[in-house]
Amino acid sequence: MSAAAGFEELQDLYSKVLRDLARNPQHRGRLESPAASARGDNPMCGDRVEVFLNLEGDRITEVMFMGRGCEISQASAALLTELVRGKSPAEARALGEAMTRMARSGERDESTDELARLSVFSVVKKFPSRVKCATLAWHALDAALSGVKEISSE
Amino acid sequence: MDTNTATSFDITRIRQDFPILGTNMRGKPLVFLDSGASAQKPRQVIEAMTRSMETAYANVHRGAYHLSEVATEAHEAARGAVQRFLNAAEPEEIIFTGNATGAFNLVAHSFGRGMLKPGQCVLVSEMEHHANLVPWQMLRDAGLGIGLRFVRVTGSGELDLEDLSAKLADGKVGLVSVTHMSNVLGTVTPAAAIVRMAHEAGARVMLDGSQAAVHRMVDVQALDVDFYTFTGHKLYGPTGIGVLYGKRALLDAMPPFFGGGDMIETVTLEHSTFAAAPARFEAGTPAIIEAVGLHAAIDYVNTIGMPEIEAHERALVDHAMRALTQVEGLALLGAAQDRGGVFAFTLDGVHPHDLSTYLDRSGICVRAGRHCAEPLHMRFGLEGGSTRASFGLYTTREEIDFLASKLTDARRFFA
Repeated sequence: MSAAAGFEELQDLYSKVLRDLARNPQHRGRLESPAASARGDNPMCGDRVEVFLNLEGDRITEVMFMGRGCEISQASAALLTELVRGKSPAEARALGEAMTRMARSGERDESTDELARLSVFSVVKKFPSRVKCATLAWHALDAALSGVKEISSE
Repeated sequence: MDTNTATSFDITRIRQDFPILGTNMRGKPLVFLDSGASAQKPRQVIEAMTRSMETAYANVHRGAYHLSEVATEAHEAARGAVQRFLNAAEPEEIIFTGNATGAFNLVAHSFGRGMLKPGQCVLVSEMEHHANLVPWQMLRDAGLGIGLRFVRVTGSGELDLEDLSAKLADGKVGLVSVTHMSNVLGTVTPAAAIVRMAHEAGARVMLDGSQAAVHRMVDVQALDVDFYTFTGHKLYGPTGIGVLYGKRALLDAMPPFFGGGDMIETVTLEHSTFAAAPARFEAGTPAIIEAVGLHAAIDYVNTIGMPEIEAHERALVDHAMRALTQVEGLALLGAAQDRGGVFAFTLDGVHPHDLSTYLDRSGICVRAGRHCAEPLHMRFGLEGGSTRASFGLYTTREEIDFLASKLTDARRFFA
């Protein structure tokens, strides 16, 4: 690999899309009395994402997150809150699985608008130690939907 | 440019001993600044281990045949090398463990459960590696009535000796177990003073030399310390082997931890009697090849000379202090007077993990996170952890300057 490739990969990882998500999250905050919530921790690095959600019937009606950590983990949490509103728990989990798949394989799945947005994380494949940063929020969402309060993605 | 005018230390030749330092990371020269986590290995260690497997390998302490005798001799020669390295009085005071964590768990079980009394407690500091914290928490929680206390760390990242004195005052502390050099702050603790204070209060002392033994001369007899541990892989040796030093009288009084072969005298179906130290604490087939590797690593640092290594690293530390404090937005953790080549820091506006990824793309290896010292990061209000650059005997000033320049670039990149 050429010397320049390392820097290009960095720019791929820290794309404008990802950095905007991390720096200007749309749904950052807590819900008053959420129907479900869960906290995800990466104990080795201290990254933390807490997901709060409300459900009506089989639909996620509101979702917010609080968190701290690297740009990857916070961007992933921000995008999650944009994408799972209005989804059923099964649909929301499927999005998380698709994101994890892209992060691990490096392949972009752009078959829907939502998947196309998630495909920004496919570049994480080139940074194996950062996959857990990208998946942290989705693990927390999964735990919240399952009624588990705390999880660790390590 | 002459990079190391401060010493006669031949850094170019030393770097040639480490094959990995000649490799490239994604087309860029490797700048390895994570030796505090695990150090790279010189050819001398690699070759000694290979030679052991190719020419002198058999199980030790068992076979009545020449090859096993040769292997056993090499194994015990390694023990002797460690004894001299720490200036222990006898080779029997050197116990091989899996790593420093293994040594702490051994002492927590054998000394902690076997010799501490209900009502007594263990005293550790706020700046311990988890290896010197969790075993004591487990001991406290074992229902034996043994407590756990903590010595404060000052704002400058030094052990608060007044607090140590206060925590020792009631005479209930049976063991003080603290680091000899912090793996985060680089602080070298005043070991001799700690030992003296603890002994006056009737407590035994264990020192975590995982970092210190790599950077400073250690003399366990001069320190009068009761237990001392370090690990092979941070001393340019292999993984899988660590060392516990213990005073002979203490070791002889301690019950075994693991049971099995090699640690017994006689065994019937119902009962066993146990061998004396060190065999008592070395159940099972030991790390035979790794002991040979550790021996070679000790020979290697001795050939260069610990005083020379220490001088080289002091010069590097001074240089790093100047270079790093000039980086805008950088805040160092700790400002200890006596410190070694470990620098943890935060960079304003850049998360440690993002920073580590950024630096990696320039070939620089640093550690990001809490460095197995979560309570210390909490003590300094750094939930998100820090970034750590740690040096080895092969680290150069140019590498530190390169790091500093890349830190400035990173800040621009993430602005």
